[in-house]
Amino acid sequence: MIALYLTIFISLILALVFLVLFLSNVKNGQYEDTYTPSVRMIFEDEFSEESDEIEESDN
Amino acid sequence: MSQKEKLTCYHCGLEMTEAETVWFDDKPFCCNGCKTVYEILNKNSLSQYYTINETPGIKNDQIDENIKQKYAYLDKPEIEAKLLEFDDGQTKVVNFYIPNIHCSSCIWVLENLDKLNHNISHSEVNFPAKNVRITYKGKQITLRQIVEILASIAYPPLISLDDLDKDKQKSSKKLLYQLAIAGFAFGNIMLMALPEYIQSQGYWIERFAPLFRWIMLGLSVPVVLYSARDYFESAIKGLQQKIVNVDILIALGITVLFLRSTYEVLTGTGTGYFDSLTGLVFFLLLGKYFQRITYDYLSFERDYKSYFPIAVTKINNDKEEIVEIKDIAPGDRLLIRNKEIIPVDGILMKNKALIDYSFVTGESLPVEKQVGDQLLAGGKQIGGYIEMEALSDVDNSYLTKLWSREAFTGEKIARIKSLTDKISRYFTFVILSIALLSGIYWFMRHDIPTAIWVVTAVLIVACPCALALSAPFAFGNILRKFGYRQFYLKNAQVIEALSQINTIVFDKTGTLTAQEKYEVKYEGKKLNENLKAIIKSMTKSSNHPLSRLIYNKLQNSSSIQFDYLKEITGKGIEAGKNKHIYRLGSASFTGASNTDKTTLVYFASDKEIVGKFIFKASYRQGISDLFNKLLPDYTLYILSGDNDSEKPQLEKLLPQQVQYHFNQSVHDKMDFIQNLQKKGKTVMMIGDGLNDAGALQQADVGIAVSENTNVFTPSSDGILKAKKLPVLDQYLKIAKQTKTIIYASFIIAFFYNIIGLGFAVTNHLTPIVAAILMPLSSISIVIFVTILTNFITNKLKDKV
Repeated sequence: MIALYLTIFISLILALVFLVLFLSNVKNGQYEDTYTPSVRMIFEDEFSEESDEIEESDN
Repeated sequence: MSQKEKLTCYHCGLEMTEAETVWFDDKPFCCNGCKTVYEILNKNSLSQYYTINETPGIKNDQIDENIKQKYAYLDKPEIEAKLLEFDDGQTKVVNFYIPNIHCSSCIWVLENLDKLNHNISHSEVNFPAKNVRITYKGKQITLRQIVEILASIAYPPLISLDDLDKDKQKSSKKLLYQLAIAGFAFGNIMLMALPEYIQSQGYWIERFAPLFRWIMLGLSVPVVLYSARDYFESAIKGLQQKIVNVDILIALGITVLFLRSTYEVLTGTGTGYFDSLTGLVFFLLLGKYFQRITYDYLSFERDYKSYFPIAVTKINNDKEEIVEIKDIAPGDRLLIRNKEIIPVDGILMKNKALIDYSFVTGESLPVEKQVGDQLLAGGKQIGGYIEMEALSDVDNSYLTKLWSREAFTGEKIARIKSLTDKISRYFTFVILSIALLSGIYWFMRHDIPTAIWVVTAVLIVACPCALALSAPFAFGNILRKFGYRQFYLKNAQVIEALSQINTIVFDKTGTLTAQEKYEVKYEGKKLNENLKAIIKSMTKSSNHPLSRLIYNKLQNSSSIQFDYLKEITGKGIEAGKNKHIYRLGSASFTGASNTDKTTLVYFASDKEIVGKFIFKASYRQGISDLFNKLLPDYTLYILSGDNDSEKPQLEKLLPQQVQYHFNQSVHDKMDFIQNLQKKGKTVMMIGDGLNDAGALQQADVGIAVSENTNVFTPSSDGILKAKKLPVLDQYLKIAKQTKTIIYASFIIAFFYNIIGLGFAVTNHLTPIVAAILMPLSSISIVIFVTILTNFITNKLKDKV
């Protein structure tokens, strides 16, 4: 039963880690703009591919 | 409508005829401005801009000879320093508001600014807020150059006097922190509390219960000290002002819960109510969070500062000099260029002015001014440059003086008490008496410890959690539903205020009349097809708003070619063909004698007046219906800054009982509202321009009507999209129904409270009863109001 002390302690620490992570993410501004990243994500691949295509068609 | 195939501009998507088209790179453009943007983007391999969305651009009318001078003020170090967010000499960061941001192409091109100039190291768009944050190498490129790059691709940033105010309020993250900590503690405490609910005796419990209790105590400390802090502060504030608000009961409940639970743990007599405590705080904060909706792209706090420029060109001994607006002194000679805003009242000294006062009055047709005329601050010059002499400084101009009035200096005084606070005043006294009475009863029958036990139990169970939750969830939900339907309210209090309105005051111009929608009437000799074609072709290439209106009216006529065509800014258009000279424009330009005060455009053929075009603002569709629907419940007024020339038309359109007041100045409007309030009316003002700002501020609810939420609206409690104005009565009705729903939920809350009090006064309130009863009441109230508010707003959906 002594193990219970350990598991309770670990579970609390774990929960605390998630809390701190969340708080630091809020602080870093991750919850300020929740829309733009969803659009930005789509571009990053496209840009490299399409700009190559444009150059090819120019040649 | 025409046989000719319609072409659309590759950049901005404007429809145009073949003759107007500017061809470039095998692509059609409506104007040189749009073409230039394409050219720049294409040259820098950014043409993907046009493949993400079709015709993503905004018509680029920024191009004029003055563009280079326009941003010269950004070279002034003190202005630059105020605009920059970060500056270490090498790297500089600036954050711009760009109203033109509207689609994913915009995000893409603005985040690839480094392709346009490699000295820009990084740029990041915040789409909802229409902001772009640019990091650049301060040694290689100036702030002015950055802005000029943005302007050249038709994304000019809006830099206003407001940007100079350093202490901008950032959206508060505090509530999110508080909520996170309360949620964390609540979740963990529930786990710790559970064992003792299931089993109350035995080896296991005896061994571990103290540990669990101490952990629960530890976890709830930050909840009480940090998460619930606002309730204590508000309660203290309330007590100082001798107002009994709902937060007093909440603060009392939390304190008692915490103290009694701590006592139980310290003495080892019980588990305490830590789960109920943290759950209570968590639900309360959740309600607060739900109620807080921000519309990033809207601002309810704008005054003239977010619209006035930062600096202006001053002419000092024939030399141009850039001065900050605040440094303008009476007697200064100022140079105002095309599309620049007149910052102070003054006298026109040079050139003819054409002033667009649409931001101020809502009237979108520009007004003509001659040398010697007075110019009022807030107008926008259209056409060539003008010179003026300042009569006052910025703070003492006719318009800006408004903001020094009382109503603007402090917080808007909430004359309307919130429902929750009204009810909780009685509630508090009732609860305190019950607590006292049952305390006395148990003291007589038993002893002091039991009496204290019962008193604390009453205070714990009576904590008006459900009472405090129903309003935030109901209002929060309505706020959201209104937002979907383009009625954006500043906060939940506005809904409460809306439900208590009994008088509505409307502004006329720009609110009841549609902006940029005019009836064009022609009077004079009958125009034959030939003359119609001439007028149409004359107005075709002109960007003057009146030209556009005439052109649109004559759209179906044919086009002809002139020998020459010239537009004289502030006067009119002259065209020649086969030795005939045609003139279209002002009275003085065409040689007509102008006696009318209305807006007119004359047409003359070889110096002989043929006829005139008359422009009349047209009223929005559905206004008449709206007024008829509002009339039974509200007293209606119309306030207008204009003369009463349109009164007959209004009387025909609107029901008889509407009262009219014309020739109202900015200050008159504000005083008018104040007088109504003194008579005990609860007033809603609906306006649109800066000249309504005072009235909007003074009114119990000020609603700004806006055609386009991207553009300027004066500070207000809410912004209503113009096309939704005809269904205003529906919104008001929903606000009233919401009030009824909240009353109903209060009754349910009382029901729960009676059950809880029953447990408490009989000394049966065990932690498990509290742990079941409190979340149950909160959750059922939340579900109740959410379902009902959804129901009433869904009915709206069918009609709007």
